[in-house]
Amino acid sequence: MTDTTTKTKPSGHTYEPVDGRLLDVEDLHVEFHTEEGVARAINGVSFHLDQGESLAILGESGSGKSVTAQAIMGILDMPPAVIPQGSIRYCGQDLLTMPDEQRRHVRGPEISIIFQDALSSLNPVFPVGWQIAEMFRTHRGMNKSDALDQAVRLMERVQIPAARDRVKAYPHQFSGGMRQRIMIAMAIALDPAVLIADEPTTALDVTVQAQIMSLLQELQEERQMGLILITHDLGVVADVADRIAVMYAGRLVEKANVDELYASPAHPYTRGLLESIPRLDQKGQTLAAIGGLPPNLMRIPPGCAFNPRCRMARDVCRTDVPPLREVAPGRLSACHFAEEVLDA
Amino acid sequence: MPEVVLKANDLVKHYPVKAGVLRRTVGQVKAVDGVSFELYKGETLGIVGESGCGKSTLGRLLMRLEEPTAGTVEFEGQDWTAASGRTMRKLRRDIQIVFQDPYTSLNPRMTVADIIGEPFEIHPDVVPKGGRRARVQELLELVGLNPEHINRYPHQFSGGQRQRIGIARGIALNPKVLICDEPVSALDVSVQAQVVNLMEKLQDELGLAYVFIAHDLSVVRHISDRVGVMYLGKLAEIGEEDEVYSRPTHPYTQALLSAVPVPDPTLRGKRDQIVLQGDVPSPANPPSGCRFHTRCWKAQDVCKTDEPQLELRADGTGEHPSACHFAEPRQVVETTDVSGLAPDTRFATPDVADVGDENPAGTGVTEDERRLDDTTTESDHLR
Repeated sequence: MTDTTTKTKPSGHTYEPVDGRLLDVEDLHVEFHTEEGVARAINGVSFHLDQGESLAILGESGSGKSVTAQAIMGILDMPPAVIPQGSIRYCGQDLLTMPDEQRRHVRGPEISIIFQDALSSLNPVFPVGWQIAEMFRTHRGMNKSDALDQAVRLMERVQIPAARDRVKAYPHQFSGGMRQRIMIAMAIALDPAVLIADEPTTALDVTVQAQIMSLLQELQEERQMGLILITHDLGVVADVADRIAVMYAGRLVEKANVDELYASPAHPYTRGLLESIPRLDQKGQTLAAIGGLPPNLMRIPPGCAFNPRCRMARDVCRTDVPPLREVAPGRLSACHFAEEVLDA
Repeated sequence: MPEVVLKANDLVKHYPVKAGVLRRTVGQVKAVDGVSFELYKGETLGIVGESGCGKSTLGRLLMRLEEPTAGTVEFEGQDWTAASGRTMRKLRRDIQIVFQDPYTSLNPRMTVADIIGEPFEIHPDVVPKGGRRARVQELLELVGLNPEHINRYPHQFSGGQRQRIGIARGIALNPKVLICDEPVSALDVSVQAQVVNLMEKLQDELGLAYVFIAHDLSVVRHISDRVGVMYLGKLAEIGEEDEVYSRPTHPYTQALLSAVPVPDPTLRGKRDQIVLQGDVPSPANPPSGCRFHTRCWKAQDVCKTDEPQLELRADGTGEHPSACHFAEPRQVVETTDVSGLAPDTRFATPDVADVGDENPAGTGVTEDERRLDDTTTESDHLR
């Protein structure tokens, strides 16, 4: 039996990354066709992910960050979702054109996901050990007792105390933090090359959040996974991510290294966001807010989607969609006046 | 000495745990277990703690939505927990509440006029009948909403706008105390700032005192004058905002503060991080002695047997109440004082008005309906 807990790089995988490149998402569009009309959730999103790298996708509700994750995982309900355009290449293979059967071997062993709500993501009527072991039975054809042994090892790896005794316990018998650890155990069971964490700590208390984030970082380092962290929390991003992509109304508005983005944002939305968060390490702060609301995805305003809320919007912003372009070395921004924002 | 408006004296709330066919009481969940504090006129007292620490139950006790198992709440020197009938109704006017969830705390079948105007039905002497609609519009304007939207229903507003409606209802009777139970935690960051600024403005204008209950330590620091930290039904530490955040003496406060991610990547790996082991124990069976001893790195034998009192303990510069036998200051967050710095208004604004007039997704309001809305006469809506 192979030792799955001490492996340092993905092996036994069908796909091998080329030059460390794991994922290449290009010009992705996702629409939801509903009775009221077409909601354009993602409107041309491109990014890539390398081995061992952490990419944060930051956005508020309705920005399309979770839909992006679901499109990569191939778990969007289609219909109502439609992907009219774009590609998602994993190790060079386009997942969107791949036959379902083949894609099933990617989902789990190669790319896996953890969600915000661990309670509703786990099956309440099966013991947690059984659910973790299912990964090994289904994808590796292991027998029941070997699979259960593996499950115990994984539960130990994610630091669940008394794992062997608790392997037969049910999800409701665990606390929120422990349930999220079980989700993580399931997600890393088959040693995926890419792990998507969709708001992994949003439902957790802050002391538990710290535990889970440090566990994720540790696992990522140990296994050299590519991590996509989907979040709305600028604090969490500052703590863990290497690069950050900011989404607004289904588009990427800014991409940069974390240090550079926080030091000098290149998009008015990012800038406004950073000014609107209360900071634990400041006293006497005056909060400034971005006025207004994100647009309705069925009626995205023409031009730059952010223009109705932007304090520096000019005529061109109401007519022309600003492309995501390089505005400084390694800095991408989708603003007609990004240079002004950078210098501000 | 500032005037005390609300005073909690050793408040206790236990919920019975029932089991078996006879539904016998087999235990007690000690949600709030002896909490005392004073709230001064016009100030904000933040109450922070993790889920299950009893902070929401405390809010409900202060509002008298729950009857305490023991202890009292005094409002301006009057025992509010013993009041009944007319006295209670009169006191209710002075203590109001804003809930967390802007989606479930507003009745979907009532218009904004009815929701904000409903308190006047119960307290008719506050605003005479003829003036109510105007008063509701005034309140809408005060919370930064368009007064013309008085006949709209909750679903026609976004989350942030609904929370403004909740606040308007809360201040409709000119209360002196507003209990805010996680008022901004359901909102997105950019909207949250608008609502926080609004609450600060209302406090200045109306002289309200807030009990601001929240789990977000950054928001609480921003809005509070004083802060109380709760753990398993008790206050672990309480003091001025700066005392608690810059010179915390209770290990739990220190751990809590060190766990909050700060949006500054240059601090990565440089902050004093305390990672607590395990989870919060069950409030049905709290640990003996100090309730935090099972997770505390400083715990000694005395912590398992003797419960530490919430009393003044030295914090390096002065002293403030903390409930730890081994209280000593440890600075886990390096604070920068930015008061006096004007915010950069090129990308965001400290204004509080709601400028977004976009209907949230799926409201399905046609132009016709809206036109009808605006021409409806007053008598249709205020009985």
